[in-house]
Amino acid sequence: MKAHLSRRYHFSASHRLNSDEFDAEKNSEVYGKCNNPHGHGHNYTVQVTVSGQVDPVTGMVCNLADLDGFARKNVVERFDHTNLNTLDCFAKKVSTTENLSIEIYGIFKGFTAAHVERIHVEETGNNSFDYAGDESPMPGTI
Amino acid sequence: MIFLTRKAEFSSAHFYWNDAWSPEENERVFGKCANRNGHGHNYTLEVTVAGDVDPVSGFVVDLKQLKDILEREVVSVYDHRHLNLEVPEFAKAIPTTENIAIAVWNRLDKKIPNAKLHRVRVYEMPDLFADYYGEL
Repeated sequence: MKAHLSRRYHFSASHRLNSDEFDAEKNSEVYGKCNNPHGHGHNYTVQVTVSGQVDPVTGMVCNLADLDGFARKNVVERFDHTNLNTLDCFAKKVSTTENLSIEIYGIFKGFTAAHVERIHVEETGNNSFDYAGDESPMPGTI
Repeated sequence: MIFLTRKAEFSSAHFYWNDAWSPEENERVFGKCANRNGHGHNYTLEVTVAGDVDPVSGFVVDLKQLKDILEREVVSVYDHRHLNLEVPEFAKAIPTTENIAIAVWNRLDKKIPNAKLHRVRVYEMPDLFADYYGEL
C-alpha cells in the first residue's frame, strides 16, 4: 500500500536578487527591495513529500530518522545561516526561491529510501513555491 | 515547472439564502448561515500559479506584480464588503466558500503574465477551505 509522507525543516539564510544579465538600473527595477546591495534574509521552511509502499513490518514508508539525518546533513547544514549568493549553486543562478526549490529537489533526489514526490519551500508566511520535477503532478496534489 | 503560491486576506460579510426556497427551507438547509442580517469571516486566499523559471530573472512571476493583481482583482472588491449585496457575482450565486473559490478563479484566470492559474484556495476559517482548479 502506497502512502505519502511529508516532513518540514527550517533554515535561515540571507540572499540578494541580482542578475548578471541586467545592469544596476534594470536589477533595481526587476527585483525592487530584494536587490538591496547588502542583502536581506528569511526564515525558510522546506517541506519534502516522499512516497512509497508501507513496509508491512515497520509500518513506515521510510525511517524518519534517516530522512531527518539526510535533510540535516545535505539541506539544513548546507543552507542554514549562510548567504545563499555565496554558495556554488547560485554562482551562476539568481537565488530566487524558484531556483532554491529546484536545487533542494535535486538534493533530495539523492535520498534513496523513498520516492521524492515534491518540494515545497516557504520563503515568508505569504509566499511559497512547489517543484515536482519535470513530471506534471497529479491533479489536486499541489 | 514551478508552482508559486501567494496569500492574501480579506474580511467580508455574507449569508446563505436561496430565493427559490421558502424561509423554512433556507433555515433548514443553511442553519445559522441563513440569518438575513448576515455574519462575517476573515478569509484567507491562496493563489497558486504555474510556470517555468525565467533563466535571466530566476522568477516565474514577479511576486509584487502578483500581489498587486490579487489586490486589484479580488481584495479591493471583496474586503470589508457584504458579498451578497455588494459583489456582482453573488447577486445570484450563494457566496459559499466553494462559490467564492470559483469566482476568484474567474476574476484571475488569464490575468497573470507568464504563468497559468493552477489553483485557488479559499479559507473561510482556518479549519475550512475550498479548492478550485478550473474545469479539469
